[in-house]
Order: sequence, then structure tokens, then C-alpha cells
Amino acid sequence: MGLSKDSVGIHAIDEELVIKKKKENDIIVALAGNPNVGKSTVFNAMTGLRQHTGNWPGKTVASAQGYCAYDGKGYVMVDVPGCYSLMAHSAEEEVARDFICSKIPDVVVAVCDAGCLERNLNLVLQILEKTKNVVVCVNLMDEAAKRKIDIDLAELEKRLEVPVIGTAARSNVGINDIYMAINNVYTKEREMTVSEQEVHTPEYYVKRAEELCRGVIRFADAEYAKKDYKKDRIFTGKYTAFPIMFLLLMGVFWLTITGANYPSELLHTGLFKVEERLFQFCIWAGVPSVIREVFVHGMYRVVAWVVSVMLPPMAIFFPLFTLLEDSGYLPRAAFNLDKCFEKCHACGKQALTMCMGFGCNAAGIAGCRIINSPRERLIAVITNNFVPCNGRFPTLIVMITMFFVGSATGAEASLLGAAFLSSIIVLGVLMTFLVSRLLSLTILKGIPSSFALELPPYRRPQIGKVIVRSIFDRTIFVLGRAVVAAAPAGIIIWIFANIKIGDVAVLSYLSDFLDPFATLLGMDGVILLAFILGLPANEIVVPVMLMAYLAKGSLVEINDIGALKEILTANGWTWITAACTMLFSLMHWPCATTLLTIKKETGSWKWTFAAFAIPTVAGILICFVTAQTAGLLMK
Amino acid sequence: MIEQVSLNTLKPGEKGRICGFSLAEDITRRLQDMGLVRGVNVECAYRSPFGDPTAYLVKGAVIAIRSKESKKITIYCEEKEKWD
Repeated sequence: MGLSKDSVGIHAIDEELVIKKKKENDIIVALAGNPNVGKSTVFNAMTGLRQHTGNWPGKTVASAQGYCAYDGKGYVMVDVPGCYSLMAHSAEEEVARDFICSKIPDVVVAVCDAGCLERNLNLVLQILEKTKNVVVCVNLMDEAAKRKIDIDLAELEKRLEVPVIGTAARSNVGINDIYMAINNVYTKEREMTVSEQEVHTPEYYVKRAEELCRGVIRFADAEYAKKDYKKDRIFTGKYTAFPIMFLLLMGVFWLTITGANYPSELLHTGLFKVEERLFQFCIWAGVPSVIREVFVHGMYRVVAWVVSVMLPPMAIFFPLFTLLEDSGYLPRAAFNLDKCFEKCHACGKQALTMCMGFGCNAAGIAGCRIINSPRERLIAVITNNFVPCNGRFPTLIVMITMFFVGSATGAEASLLGAAFLSSIIVLGVLMTFLVSRLLSLTILKGIPSSFALELPPYRRPQIGKVIVRSIFDRTIFVLGRAVVAAAPAGIIIWIFANIKIGDVAVLSYLSDFLDPFATLLGMDGVILLAFILGLPANEIVVPVMLMAYLAKGSLVEINDIGALKEILTANGWTWITAACTMLFSLMHWPCATTLLTIKKETGSWKWTFAAFAIPTVAGILICFVTAQTAGLLMK
Repeated sequence: MIEQVSLNTLKPGEKGRICGFSLAEDITRRLQDMGLVRGVNVECAYRSPFGDPTAYLVKGAVIAIRSKESKKITIYCEEKEKWD
């Protein structure tokens, strides 16, 4: 499961797959195949849906279904997680095996990578032992052609005795042929089960695949695969791998910060103008003043903050990250970092789930299913929150630009900001290593298990498609989620600020209560309160904080976005406060959706609590040490 | 002259043929499912920056394996020149 509207946030918690037929005679089709052969791309091409695609093995960890009609017939397509064989090794492979062997699908479409057909046939042969209603779809024919691999599909069809279709799903080539083949197989004869037979060894399938491919596949350019090596020599080279990783990270953040500046400014001005009008309108319409205040200065204002401050960086970061994901770089990052994870007695694939965490921690945690060992999977689940998600970047960016970039302006400022942010990410990654190691020394003792990861060929991402898809899918989704969380938070803050117990507003009461503890951590009661209220969504932490300060009445006029810093400094913020807030944002409890996903994935409240407590304790300790040390130094 | 060595001794660019596994059954099975079975040709492609894991070319796919495992996979390969 990758990062798209349907896989982040609450959708990361997938439900049991229930096949939804529209008509009685709809054909149920399973899309099976090795990891990373483009099953999801074929699925999207056929159903017109936007199941997330990415160039790394293990992206799809739960089955997705879609409905499509072709030539008057209905098809229920099920995109099954990739697997290497029907002998399941990991949770996501189990999903695949169970579904393929369940007799639910009428037809199985076995998707293969044309560039690696012989290895892929290994699985096709195993599927053919379970059912004869199979269509073999040799995908990525365009890529194979570029690599000068010539495949005799007709001959393969003769040898396998099932239809073989060549496709290039990215550009919709051959999709109609799949429909026709499915239909032929389905109407021909329903010979669903094959008689029980002896279990074959893996050698048997490999040898059989080799025989089948003899004379079918011709490599015109045997050296072609080596072209990827040249890139890999740079991306995984001894001296170049890590600098490039850091530069990529910085590049992404630089573009995010630079690009978000202007739209933020624009949205802010626009939305606050609307606020004024809205308020005037309410007065004119005779809305009672309490309701007017609650909705305009409470709810609307927080939503406006969320949209103007948080949305632009998220909307820019996300497509950039997706481009990186599509290119095939992520498995290389896992390859580079594996040694560190092994040292921490964890799995190198944790690097992949960590990267997913940048987009959304809930999606990252669902992605942990690609890790085979339950112990290593738990480590990955618990530590996932140490990488900041899309919803926390804007908080970090706001803090950095206000307090750490200083007098620098323009390109210099955004470069400095990007470097700062990247360093914070590196800190998060180091914390991941540290906590993973500690966990494997204490409550999750054990030796590292095996690691075998396929490194797919580099692919040129479809830039236009990615940008359009992630902006529309993601932006609208984030907007919705943030508004849903921010609106009630705005109302609560307003009520807290205006309901008084004795002479003291509830808000002051609460923040004063939290203040002594928060001060020890270098923050103040309002900040801590904002983090607590931010439990449903991290996006609202800064807006809630600002609202709370405004409600306390120290500053009411907010003309432009530069006023943010004034609000904060007027409330006693220094760079130490900002640093501690950033650290606490990096290390505190996961958001509510992430917690629910953890409960779902681990099936245990105990581990959910551990995933809640561990980053929180780490954050408290680190903020305490930072604040006290900085305090001593400043004296 | 053909000799039997473990997979991890291959240097980038060198080739061999899988001979056998002395690994736990589930790990062996997993590697076999990825195409590493007896008799299959492997080529060492490149190493990660820390020297481990290493990427091998197997049946057109690039597969990264830790040395902990590759140590326990034996291969046949042409005897290497002794002077290196």
C-alpha cells in the first residue's frame, strides 16, 4: 500500500476484503504476480482507479478492488500484494496466497515483468497448478523493448497452454486484449480446481521456467542491465551514497520551502480578508455575538491557519516524494542503510517503511507488513513515528524559518532552512537506530533475521501524471482531514478562552496547569496543550497554538504571515523554545489515526501503548536535556 | 579448474553457479523463490557503501543479500587467479 488518498490516514486500516459484485454474472479477477511488476499499474489501467503505484517491492500490502465494465460485461478486479511464490513467508504474501488459492477469483491474471520473465514464470507455474483459468500478462513490454529483450509471446502461449498477453500498462497498451483473454478463459470451460498433485521443489519450477523460456526470450543486448549499474555505482557508491542521500533530502525540502512561501502568503491574505467579510456579514445578518465569535474567530480562524500555513508545504512535498518513489531510488536507500539496521538487529526493509513514514506514519506502519520477522516488524512499527510525517513538516518549517534562518533572505534563507530541516530528519533517523537497538536489547530481544531485497530497475517517473494525481488526490484529502480536525479544535479553543472559572479563563487554567512541566522541557503550557489537542492530526498543532496565544489577548492584529513571529516572541518565545518545540514535534505520541493503525497491525493494546510511550518519553528526555543545557549556557 | 567457495567471496564482476545452502529452511526457501536455486548462475554486481549487503544479478533481477546469508551459500566458480 503506497501513499495515496486511499492509503493514508484512516484508510491505512484496511478492512477485510469483501468482494462486491454489481451483477450476478460479474467476473472476479485476481491480479497476481511478483512484487514490483506493475500489478497496480495494470489494475489502474483496467479500472480507471488510482491505486497508488511506486517503483519498489512491497508497495501493495493489502488487496484493493475495483470494478470495470468492458463490452457489456462486469469485472471485479482485485489487486493482490506481490509474492515470489505461493509458499507464504510474510503477512502480505499470505494475503496473496490465500486469495489466489481461495477459489473466489474466476480468473487469475498473472502479471509478469517482461524484463525478468523467466524468474516470474516460477510463480506462474505455481498458480497454474492451482487453477487453469489463468491469463498471463507480460507487462512492461516497452521497457523490455528498450532493453533490447525480444519475447516470442505466441510461442510462450503455445507452451503454457493459457493466453499470454503483452502489455505496457503505463501507456494503456494491450489492456483491451486482457479483457478479451479473461473472457475467453472464463467462457471456455470452468475447470477450476486441478487435481491434487505432489508438491514440487523450488528447483523444479526454476528448471521448468528455464525450459519454457528457451528460444522464447532473446537478449539482443546482453550488457544492457549493466547500464543501471553505472547509476548504482553513484547512488550506492562508498563515498557518494550518503552525500547524495542527504542532498536529495535537502533538495526536496529546498523546493518545498521555496515553493510554499508565496502561496502561503497569498492564502493567508486572502483567507483573513474573507474572515473580516464573514464577520461583517454575521453582524449584518444578526447572528448572536456568541455564535458569531465561536464560528468566525474560533472555527474559521483555525481552519484558515491550517490551510494557509500547513497546506502549501504539504502539497509540494508530496508530489516530490512520489517522484522519488517512482524512480526506484527507495530500495537503494534501504540497501545503503541496511548495515546500520543490521547493527541494530533490525531489518533493512525498515528503511522503506521509514520512507513511507515521511508521507504518513499510518501508511508507514501498514507498510511494515513487508518485514517477515514479527520481532523486526514490531521494531519498525514502534519506531516509525521518529520520522516526521507530511503533517509535521510544516510545523518544523515554520519554526526554522522564524527562528533559525535569521537575517538570511531569498535563496540563501531557503537553502539554510532546507539544511536545517534535513539535519532534523537525520536526527530522527539516528533516533530510529538508537531506539531500534535499545528495543532489540530489551523488550524485543533477538538476532537479526535474513534480508533479501530485490532492487528494481530505475524507471523514469511519469512526472505530469504524478503531479496531477498527488496534488488532486492528496491535497483535497489533506484539506478535508485538516479541516475536520481543526474546526472542532477551533471551537474548543474559543470556548476554553472565553469560559471562566472564577476570574480565570479555562484556557489559562489549563495552560497554567501544564506550564511548570512544559517549562522544564523548554516550552510553555500553551505549546504542550496544542500538542495534546493536536492528537487527531498533527497539522493543527501550530494553528491551535497561535489561536491560544491570540485568545489570551496579547496580540489581536494579524496583518501578514510575518506577524506569526511577533505573536510568538510576545509570548516569551526564544530560539530555545523553538528548538524544543521542534524536537517535541519530532518525538511525541503518534496521531490518533496512526495509533489506530498500530492497534490494528499489532492486534495488541500493549504494543500500541509502547508505540505511544516510547517516542513521548524520548521527546521529554531530549527536550529536558536541551532546555536545561541551553539554559545553563545562556546564563 | 572448478572450485567450491561461498557466495560472499565473489567480488563485483565475478560469476559463479549456485551449489547449495546451509541456511535455515525458511530463509533458503525464500531465496529459492527469488530464483537462487542450485545450478543457477549468479554474478556479483556491487556492494553497499558499508561493504554489506551485496547485490547479485540472478536471472535478470538484482537481489541484495547480507553477507551473513551469502556466507552460507556455496557456489561453484572458476578457480581464481592466486596472485590477487
